[in-house]
Amino acid sequence: MQAPFSFGADAARGKQLYESRCIGCHSIEENRAGPAHKGVFGRKAGLSKGFDYSPAVKSSKLIWNERTLDRWLANPEATIPGNKMGFAVPDAVDRADLIEYLRTAK
Amino acid sequence: MEVTKKQLIVPGRRGFLSGTGKLSAVAVAMLAGKEVLAASHAGAPMDSKDVDILNVALGLEWEGINAYTLGAQSGLLQKPVLDTAVRFQADHKEHADTLAGAIRKMGGKPVEPKSLADYAKALKADTLKSQADVLNLAARLELGATNAYLGVIPAFRAPALAQVAARLAADEVMHWTILNNALGRPLPAGGMPFGA
Repeated sequence: MQAPFSFGADAARGKQLYESRCIGCHSIEENRAGPAHKGVFGRKAGLSKGFDYSPAVKSSKLIWNERTLDRWLANPEATIPGNKMGFAVPDAVDRADLIEYLRTAK
Repeated sequence: MEVTKKQLIVPGRRGFLSGTGKLSAVAVAMLAGKEVLAASHAGAPMDSKDVDILNVALGLEWEGINAYTLGAQSGLLQKPVLDTAVRFQADHKEHADTLAGAIRKMGGKPVEPKSLADYAKALKADTLKSQADVLNLAARLELGATNAYLGVIPAFRAPALAQVAARLAADEVMHWTILNNALGRPLPAGGMPFGA
């Protein structure tokens, strides 16, 4: 099994996945049903300006990096119980590529 | 890309209404049914995770409703396309009513829509310069909603709610297919193009 944040993750494929699976609720620049992702990498959870986060996310003290994003995307409810997101990304390679793309969203 | 009347498939009023009417009636009945509530809550006052997912879905529906308002108010849509956009918006209003009703019945508080100006900013409505731009935006949102509904199905704790999500996804696919056709695009290559 490929490590989810291994060398070789493909940001271009991650962008395609983002536009297919995430774009229903998220965008890079703007808060929608989900928070904006610009600058998410390295940021504390619950800090996209103007987004109405769940108390669970706001109080989580999680910092978004390869490991925490991988855990979150694999199982949001197990990572931050009580959050609002019901969407998971089961495949580790897909998660790695999405995370690599999110790393570029500055 | 210019969109012609021939490229737009405008479904017959009777067929379209009968289809959405069935969805709404069944969805409401299912969501309001005692057996569903009994199965999903098992004595608990409400399943907060299911309510949270329904509220995110309601947020998507509010966005869809307002996106079609922005399209209709843009002055960019020709008459037959405008009629279809209004019809699709009516579907999303039914979806929103269904979801909001379910959330209330489960003891939750339905999320309120944002202002039209907020949606215009989030969707970059100021960049819409042609009918094709509006259709592209609508198609992108319908596809996104399709994949969102399909993606949350495994997370529902009440199987009946998962089924409703699947039926809502089918509605979004219907919209996307017509928009895709209006834009002159081919069908996706291969089977099972949605939700992946």
